[in-house]
Amino acid sequence: MPSVRMGVKTAHDTRNTSLDMASLSLRQVNETLQKAEAGAFAVANPRGAHALAAGLTTPIDVTIDGHVGYYCGGMNQEASVTINGNAGTGVAENMMSGRVHVKGDASQSAGATGCGGLLVIDGNASARLGISLRGLDIVVKGSIGHMAAFMAQAGNIVVLGDAGDALGDSIYEARLFVRGKVKSLGTDCIAKEMREEHRTLLRGLLDAAGIGPEVDVAEFTRYGSARTLYHFHIDNLGSY
Amino acid sequence: MADDDRWIHTPPRESATFDRATIAEIHRAAATGIYDIRGFGAKRKLPHFDDLLFLGASISRYPLEGYREKCGTNVVLGTRFAKKPIEIKIPITIAGMSFGSLSGPAKEALGRGASAVGTSTTTGDGGMTEEERAASSLLVYQYLPSRYGMEPDQIRRADAIEIVIGQGAKPGGGGMLLGQKISERVANMRTLPAGIDQRSACRHPDWTGPDDLEIKILELREITGWEKPIYVKVGAARPYYDTALAVKAGADVVVLDGMQGGTAATQDVFIEHCGLPTLAAIRPAVKALTELDMHRKVQLIVSGGIRSGADVAKALALGADAVSIGTAALIALGDNHPRWEEEYRKLGTTAGSYDDWHEGRDPAGITTQDPELTKRLDPVAAGKRLANYLSVLALECQTIARANGKSHVHNLEPEDLVALTVEAAAMAGVPLAGTNWVPGRSSQD
Repeated sequence: MPSVRMGVKTAHDTRNTSLDMASLSLRQVNETLQKAEAGAFAVANPRGAHALAAGLTTPIDVTIDGHVGYYCGGMNQEASVTINGNAGTGVAENMMSGRVHVKGDASQSAGATGCGGLLVIDGNASARLGISLRGLDIVVKGSIGHMAAFMAQAGNIVVLGDAGDALGDSIYEARLFVRGKVKSLGTDCIAKEMREEHRTLLRGLLDAAGIGPEVDVAEFTRYGSARTLYHFHIDNLGSY
Repeated sequence: MADDDRWIHTPPRESATFDRATIAEIHRAAATGIYDIRGFGAKRKLPHFDDLLFLGASISRYPLEGYREKCGTNVVLGTRFAKKPIEIKIPITIAGMSFGSLSGPAKEALGRGASAVGTSTTTGDGGMTEEERAASSLLVYQYLPSRYGMEPDQIRRADAIEIVIGQGAKPGGGGMLLGQKISERVANMRTLPAGIDQRSACRHPDWTGPDDLEIKILELREITGWEKPIYVKVGAARPYYDTALAVKAGADVVVLDGMQGGTAATQDVFIEHCGLPTLAAIRPAVKALTELDMHRKVQLIVSGGIRSGADVAKALALGADAVSIGTAALIALGDNHPRWEEEYRKLGTTAGSYDDWHEGRDPAGITTQDPELTKRLDPVAAGKRLANYLSVLALECQTIARANGKSHVHNLEPEDLVALTVEAAAMAGVPLAGTNWVPGRSSQD
């Protein structure tokens, strides 16, 4: 594997490229990734850098060996980003398409406002997972913190572990599937019937996240909006 | 005379405390059980630019010839970090207003008017429409707490990015776009079901506080290759600290919106009782910039109740680099025009008082998504009206600047001003007219 220690490479020679942040700046690494049209990249020594691999627009593969700071893979389009470590706040925030895979745990607001693609978190996720979600699919193999899916508009969240307080508060049309316990539901979020269409959807999401048939969709409960707060009304004042 | 009944009974006397508007509001609240929501900005009387006067030239100040000598009005925004700062030809920009709260033709007209005079306009909640991008030579993209419609490709197509922390009409408040304005197109842009009441969040979903803001700005710069100026917009609440924190976080431009700033829909009690008047907010912000050696390096845009070239000149003299207008721009397009008086009457109001912008029944076709009402606004003609108005503001500002001996509007300074009231003198930090007294400051200041 050729190694690029300094400078920015052009698109045609960036296949299987190593980018070492011990010597390259964040700008150099991001510029290399943002200009690449194809190829696979390995980023070493991220050292908790913020906004790493943010704003990618092409179907490249990026593997980051180490922990990352805020907004890794932010606003991703098309790219596949794998983080061999933990991720700080807002990993894959506002992702449009592609795939972000956190092999460790994720901090707050993972996948916030995401519009499309798939975010997989092998460990646990902290508070506000999928806040204001707009179409992204999120699969968390561990447990999640409080206020997940707050005001989530569209998309799917799958949690193999437990969920914290106020799950789905003020949720719109996003779908939530939780296998474990839910500490409490947020305002206007209710448990819903799992119909065949939901089991099929859930199976597809699990497959996409690399989770085999050992995890049975029948173990999950679906949650979503009761739609009682869709119109502001004084009779609902106790809920606001 | 002594037998005249008029002198037996006292005439009706209105209470200053319980005036007609107050009594009407109590009756309304008692009848409905819900607070009043409306558009527009603060309507109460506040210390404002009317309470300041320019001195003009004198023996010790030499004026410029009004029609011959140059007085510059251009402003460059984003010189601190952005690779591509933007230059506006007049010190007046169009504030952020959403497609959704405004009709498509209204957004297009704002772009046309601003572009005709070489200044910028701004998107709002719900993202960027093709009409406004096409009509706007300089378009600032608002990055809002709701993130409705926000897409990275739109950010890349913008000329600058404005991170909205708050707005003057409701510092600390989110938004509510009522279902009657959520058309299919608006709903699709915001990924929401059509016809529901749409809530806009009051806090950003993925950061909290000034240290996080610094990282958010870094992310936006990384995504846009450090090209675009990044503004931070705050409602006037704690302008000294908010300005300092915005600078610390890496902003190129600070946008400071006073409580007279307009809104599409907010509780009346919020509009009238939260935030600082624009006049009171400018000097603390400028003080923060000056102390950080960032005045004129991080540009300051002031908004909230700007109506005339005199207001523009006064804001600049107090230290702003530019101003921004919203309500005045809508009025220039045709909002509250007497030609619609008959229809305003049907809505229970009158031209000059119409503020139910949230209801989507605007006779002028501006604050509505109703297809028939929307047709009433010709974006070309309305854009021309706005361009005319912006030109007048710039000419008026130049007139005042020349009279004060300034070859550029940025050379206006507090020393050119006096205040008519003790309150305005204290807020603006200029002497009470006819004295050398600046309330709240010692003689050593």
